[in-house]
Amino acid sequence: MDILFQQIINGLVQGSIYAMVALGYTMVYGIMGLINFAHGEVVMIGTLVAISIVTLLVQSGMPPALAGAFGVAGAALVCMALGWSLERIAYRPLRRAQRLAPLITAIGMSIVLQNLAMMIWGRNYMTFPPLIEKTQYEFAGAAFTSVQVMIVVVAALSMSGLLLLVYRTRLGMAMRATAQNPAVAGLMGVNANRIISSAFVVGSALGAIAGVMVGTYYEVAHYQMGFMLGLKAFTAAVLGGIGNFAGAMAGGVLLGLIEALGAGYIGDLTGGFFGSHYQDIFAFAVLILVLMFRPSGLFGEKTGDRA
Amino acid sequence: MNKWLTPRSTLGLVLVAAALIVLPFVVGMGGQAWVRILNFAILYAFLALGLNIVVGFAGLLDLGYVAFYAVGAYTWALLASPHFGLHLPFWAILPIGAVFACIAGALLGAPTLKLRGDYLAIVTLGFGEIVRIFMNNLNAPVNITNGAQGITLIDPVVVGQFKFSATSTIFGLTVTGPQKYYYLLVLLALGVILVNYRLQHSRIGRAWQAIREDEIAAKAIGINTRNVKLLAFAMGASFGGIAGGIFAAMQGFVSPESFSLIESIMILAMVVLGGMGHIPGVILGAVLLAILPEALRYAVVPVQKALFGEVLADPESLRMLVFGLALVLVMRFRPAGLWPSPERRRELAEKTQ
Repeated sequence: MDILFQQIINGLVQGSIYAMVALGYTMVYGIMGLINFAHGEVVMIGTLVAISIVTLLVQSGMPPALAGAFGVAGAALVCMALGWSLERIAYRPLRRAQRLAPLITAIGMSIVLQNLAMMIWGRNYMTFPPLIEKTQYEFAGAAFTSVQVMIVVVAALSMSGLLLLVYRTRLGMAMRATAQNPAVAGLMGVNANRIISSAFVVGSALGAIAGVMVGTYYEVAHYQMGFMLGLKAFTAAVLGGIGNFAGAMAGGVLLGLIEALGAGYIGDLTGGFFGSHYQDIFAFAVLILVLMFRPSGLFGEKTGDRA
Repeated sequence: MNKWLTPRSTLGLVLVAAALIVLPFVVGMGGQAWVRILNFAILYAFLALGLNIVVGFAGLLDLGYVAFYAVGAYTWALLASPHFGLHLPFWAILPIGAVFACIAGALLGAPTLKLRGDYLAIVTLGFGEIVRIFMNNLNAPVNITNGAQGITLIDPVVVGQFKFSATSTIFGLTVTGPQKYYYLLVLLALGVILVNYRLQHSRIGRAWQAIREDEIAAKAIGINTRNVKLLAFAMGASFGGIAGGIFAAMQGFVSPESFSLIESIMILAMVVLGGMGHIPGVILGAVLLAILPEALRYAVVPVQKALFGEVLADPESLRMLVFGLALVLVMRFRPAGLWPSPERRRELAEKTQ
């Protein structure tokens, strides 16, 4: 029982990080039907920028929590600028090109961003300075830390903020309209270019916050960390039904839970034949199984033929 | 008479053949390392043409192609190395590897037939990762793949007494191992080019094209979309398997590291960047993308020294940075690929009007 509870907690924390990153993929996909493969690298840049800011401020005597706030703000600004430029450089010129062309530019931009990060921050692992004091709590035999609580709370707040933006503001209404039908939205006076840019900017801001979460959770960061994280988050978005907000959130949390529970129980289930290093298989195996029975993801609507 | 064999085209063919024959010796003058790079370029062309069947002809976005390459490579590694003490000859292993990869292709194809576009992409990507994770971890409790250490001392290609890995003298001419592999690879590549051409204009090729353009319409005119799509997966996979076998023999060593997702992505980039579905374009894309990072390796340090007088940036990351930028720029200015097929270029031109 202890393991079950413990793994559910770990899964929830990891899952909220996945959900935050998955939202970035889903926003862009929902509006323009494009996989922004470079999103994982944007998250990575966010983490590394936050490390630099926080380390600098803490060294100059600022309390860590305040430095963390500045770190998040700085990372969000950098990532928003990055997301905006990404769209301008790699995607906008190719909007009328064949479907796979933006995929290749996205891959090119990922390679560029990764190597740029390596030039700036070096190829070694960097430690993320602690933002809040790490206290351990216990509940029903399972242990969790204040950092984990903070991650889940911040994720919940940011996602509520996003939902407010999408469902309660004019910008959000324009976004939903463009996602449904860009041509008609244009006729109603929506500037599609502006909406697409803002989807990239908002998604990147969420990614930056997620990046800081990853940094505080694992306490290390690296220029290659964005790749696997992006892959998992994208898997989560597809699992929930890509293009769907609730789907991305549910998919993220679900994927985190599946991975944590899978890693905790696979040894017992298979009599020790498979160990916990098969953890990464779960994400993909579950994805394939779900898509076999629900080809558009758990919450996705049936879409037309876009292949 | 055959309209292809005009005197001019015959002359062209003879010239190309002569160039292909002399090439490894010309390149070899710059060192055997360059012959190896050339070999990899041909191997990638082979892989890209295999993937072209799936992506270019049938329009199925496959991001896990490297899984079949891995299956072929590990088949060779397990059947011809001291790891299990097996040393089967190459004419036995290559078909076995192709069959295994073909089965893997059908296994991937079967559950994913209903999926469209991007959903298919992510599932194939997941499949590729699953295969790699298994290769990485199947060393316990029974040691099958030797885990992350990989398998070493793999047998080279040997025909009778003729060893492809060693230097030997033929008719007074010294031929090194990589140069011998070059000729083997060129022969194989010519084979896959021929298969690609014949497929493209066959009944199956037209069925693939119909599915690529509109799957529902293809179904309506009586194409068995399920079987035809499975066939595309299986055929593409078999070529991946053969390439993997040659890779294992050429390197003498395989490890899961060689079969990461980025490899799949690179092969796809070769297909798209060259000109999807157009055979000369795909070959061009593969050769360019295989050689460019290596050529940049030699160029970044001298160029930096010439421009700034010193080495400012880490050459390894600078080289990849330039490579990434090149991908972006090529797609930006030639969105249909470097050398697209004439029909495709027309279609795209119509679309933008």
